[in-house]
Amino acid sequence: MEGNSEKLYQTFAAALGVDRSLVTDDLQYNKIAQWDSIAHMSLVAQLETAFDIMLETEDIIDMSSVKKAKEILEKYDVRF
Amino acid sequence: MSGSESAASNRWLQGKVALVTGAARGIGLASARLLAGHGATVYLSGRRLELLEALAQEVSEQSGAVVRSLLLDVTDPASVSKAFGSIHRENKGLDVLVNNAGVLKDALIGMVGAEDMATVFGVNTFGVLHCCQYASRLMARRGGGSIVNVSSIIGVTGNAGQAVYAASKSAVIGITKSLAKELAPQNIRVNAVAPGFIDTDMARSLSPEKFQERVDSIKMKRIGTAEDVAGVILFLASPLAEYVTGQTIGVDGGMLI
Repeated sequence: MEGNSEKLYQTFAAALGVDRSLVTDDLQYNKIAQWDSIAHMSLVAQLETAFDIMLETEDIIDMSSVKKAKEILEKYDVRF
Repeated sequence: MSGSESAASNRWLQGKVALVTGAARGIGLASARLLAGHGATVYLSGRRLELLEALAQEVSEQSGAVVRSLLLDVTDPASVSKAFGSIHRENKGLDVLVNNAGVLKDALIGMVGAEDMATVFGVNTFGVLHCCQYASRLMARRGGGSIVNVSSIIGVTGNAGQAVYAASKSAVIGITKSLAKELAPQNIRVNAVAPGFIDTDMARSLSPEKFQERVDSIKMKRIGTAEDVAGVILFLASPLAEYVTGQTIGVDGGMLI
């Protein structure tokens, strides 16, 4: 669903404190200064709130890019 | 009004949601009773669901609070994920976690099997870490919370024949101090209690001679009760301790080891 993709991008932008235009599927963890481990936990909290889910620890560790985040969220019945 | 009267007239945890691990007996059950008595919605968790269901009903009737049973094996990450997922679905957050589940296997160092080492650390140490991982995220959503870890006087002082247990409980203090620092910015407090010789099934399994020897080593000359420990857990969970984090409080009657 288009709406969920945009919701995901907006959540990333808000959690990392970057412009929405910077958030693409190719954006990767630790490749920009704003997406460090502290921001990652904030991102997880905001994703969980936005999509009303609770991620498993292994999925948090595996969430290494925006593209990967989509794959993981699909496991929780979020459709893109 | 005296301090105790004031405390009795307050429900320190009204509207809060609490999870107690190892809640079927001893310190866990006493803590669950006290937290419920102070108004918290309490999850009694453990591996024996049928027993927990009966206890939850009993504690609910006594306290008037919402008390639920929850199947939880703290050594199994999948079980932990599922249990916290239930709390998330039902409450959207968590305010108090009491990491009480524990096992004791005493043996001289030359006689400790690898399997027993893994069992003790699996419950006493890794179990605490697993639960803290999920609890801290649910607490962050609420704007804060309180984690109380049950360590042991043995984890503070060490004891002959208890190297593995001592190591697992010392690790709990390390976890407590580290997470207190890590989670303070999210207003999550992390503290520990270090019970001494407490009247639980573990204590009652000692020989009469060993039992008396332990009591004789306590300055207050009596064994502690699960309620003695639960009172300190309530304090740490409550707003009374809202500026306390990273601490380990001995509840041991002045015991010397």
